[in-house]
Amino acid sequence: MSNVFIAFQANEESRPLVDAIVADNPEAQVVYSPGLVKIDAPNRLVVKRETIEEIIGRKYDLQELQINLVTLSGNLDEDDDEFVLSWKH
Amino acid sequence: MDKRVEKKKLDLGSRYQALTQDLQWNTSYQPMEKVFPYARYEGIRVHDWSQWQDPFKMTLDVWWRQQSDKERRLYAVLDAFAQNNGQIGVSDARYVNAVKLMLQVFSPLKYALHRALAHSARNLPGDALRIATQIQASEQLRHAQQTVHAASVYNKYFNGMHEVPRWYEQAWYLAPVKSFADDLASAGPFELMVAISFGFETLLSDTLFVPFMSAAAHNGDLSMVPAGFSSQSDTTRHKQAGITLVKFLLQQDSLNISTVQRWVDKWFWRSFRLMPMVAMLQDYMVPKRVGSWKESWDTYVEAPVEALFAELAAYGLKKPAGWQAACAAKDHLSHQAWNAFYGYGHALAFHTWVPGNDELEWLDRKYPNSFDRWYRPRLSYYAQCEAAGKRFHNHALPMQCQVCQQPMIFTEPGDGRWIAYRETQHEDESFHFCSDQCQTIFANEPDKYVQAQLASHAILQTSGSETTENALQASIADLGVVIGRDNGEFHGSEDDTNFTLWGGGQDMKEAQL
Amino acid sequence: MSVTAIGAYTHEPHDTADRFTAPLLYVAWDEHMIFAAPAVVPLSMHTIMADVQSKVLPKLYGAHPEFERIQWSQVQWFCGDRMFTPKPKGTLAEHGFGHKSVLRFRTPGLEGLRGSCG
Repeated sequence: MSNVFIAFQANEESRPLVDAIVADNPEAQVVYSPGLVKIDAPNRLVVKRETIEEIIGRKYDLQELQINLVTLSGNLDEDDDEFVLSWKH
Repeated sequence: MDKRVEKKKLDLGSRYQALTQDLQWNTSYQPMEKVFPYARYEGIRVHDWSQWQDPFKMTLDVWWRQQSDKERRLYAVLDAFAQNNGQIGVSDARYVNAVKLMLQVFSPLKYALHRALAHSARNLPGDALRIATQIQASEQLRHAQQTVHAASVYNKYFNGMHEVPRWYEQAWYLAPVKSFADDLASAGPFELMVAISFGFETLLSDTLFVPFMSAAAHNGDLSMVPAGFSSQSDTTRHKQAGITLVKFLLQQDSLNISTVQRWVDKWFWRSFRLMPMVAMLQDYMVPKRVGSWKESWDTYVEAPVEALFAELAAYGLKKPAGWQAACAAKDHLSHQAWNAFYGYGHALAFHTWVPGNDELEWLDRKYPNSFDRWYRPRLSYYAQCEAAGKRFHNHALPMQCQVCQQPMIFTEPGDGRWIAYRETQHEDESFHFCSDQCQTIFANEPDKYVQAQLASHAILQTSGSETTENALQASIADLGVVIGRDNGEFHGSEDDTNFTLWGGGQDMKEAQL
Repeated sequence: MSVTAIGAYTHEPHDTADRFTAPLLYVAWDEHMIFAAPAVVPLSMHTIMADVQSKVLPKLYGAHPEFERIQWSQVQWFCGDRMFTPKPKGTLAEHGFGHKSVLRFRTPGLEGLRGSCG
């Protein structure tokens, strides 16, 4: 079992993304360092478009998250509804 | 009221398919081998290109929009930084030397990656991969340009940034970077992708572009930091492309496995041998400290790479040959690098210095196994010499490794005592290496490396002289570096004096995070 | 294994002896890493060991606080990996050195500043 992670520039646009991830991934841990917010989760992490939309109150295209994305670790599987990072082992 | 009918859109997967893989066509009036002349000579076998796709499913239409959005945001920040004299808001003018080093190393390196990937982008036969690679090639150029733009405001106020392209080509301490890029430039399209997207970007690039950038943010650099973070967002796509490409090649044909393994071994190690400068950026050149290089290594290299290779084992790939040695170096790398650069301080295009007492204490806390035992005594000695008005200066020409071209400063893995020496006789000539891994790289392609222009040898061949004292310094002076103004001791330099004059600097209390 | 190339690949070694005015000797004082890397020294291989000791080494390492404390009779000498006992009037060539060979010496008991190998 290994961690996956995703990190964003820490700003007002990434804040709802972090909130959505925390809501949808109970075991996620958020770490802040200057300018950066990093979220670790054991083995799998999902970012859901619907959850983000509920938080920000408008339609959201998951590809928008790349604007503030800094880095990630894990295998990526993306469609219109979910952005999933996972390890298969 | 009319019912609003939503225009039907293709979903992400279908749009990706339509705009990448469905563009694939086999030529009829010229054979494919002529259209893609570099596709086979590396011995890589691909049977079904439709099996590769970009996990981000990036298409050019989305990409143009997104990238222009990123650029608008980034350049607004760079403009604001310049307009608001951000350059005097950094913690301490010593920090600006980190900017110089990034400019000197990473803008030419990224430019070279752009050129290499442009070659791959033209010559890889799979259309989905070719599109992803075109995007990558453009983005490396973007990163080179961003680094230049972000450094530009500093260049107006501080020394040591005025001849970067020339220094990249000829400065002795930048030879490892040029050597890396030249080695890439002579590789084929498949090796290039494995080297860059997997070897350099996936395995190692986070250390510079994530924790170091965060530390730089903490030091008030609102110019380089957003540029660095924004570049790394592009790099996440390169990394996913690299990982999936490696899996794809391993699955396409079992005959690819040994070739891919050899490339992974080589390019992990060659990339690792660029890390000494990154390590010292983090541990020595960021006055207000956040985390250590060792911590960055643990978080951004050791753990993710272990996880990645646990998965790749199922495809027949092993961890890179130099993995243990690289991990064992984490207690030593930054210190050995700074020790060397300090000693050659008059032959660089940036300043060096001995860290203050608080900083030495921080280094000891972060490196309880190594700092006091091996490295603090040297720094104390340098401080003593400096206080007596006789800064320590290493006058000799350094011996370089034939492959990575770093000066031979690295000790045996996990040890601080003995410099590592490896030697090979090839066609009646002796060749020397810093490590088992560089020696192996040579053994696999000796004809490539016997031509290497090692800086110290080149200096001697050019001068025709046998006097080596100050030859290194003379070589840098020949490149437009003003000795003492652009290099040497930071304290008392023009940068230092000006910064104080301008009222620069922040409260230097250590971060409580 | 030679280079994988798309066509004929020629190469010229860059650092053969004829390309320098004197052969190259790499020199290092083990466990004294304020001299961060071995030094490249163009030096005739007819140089006798006594002159290496009295002229070449002080120039390279004299600045180190421990240099003046070296007891030369106790020094260990290496040609590459091979330990050897130098004859003072013997030449480098006679001791097995040639272009691009490595001379190292160790001074037991003197292991750098505060024993740190610096």
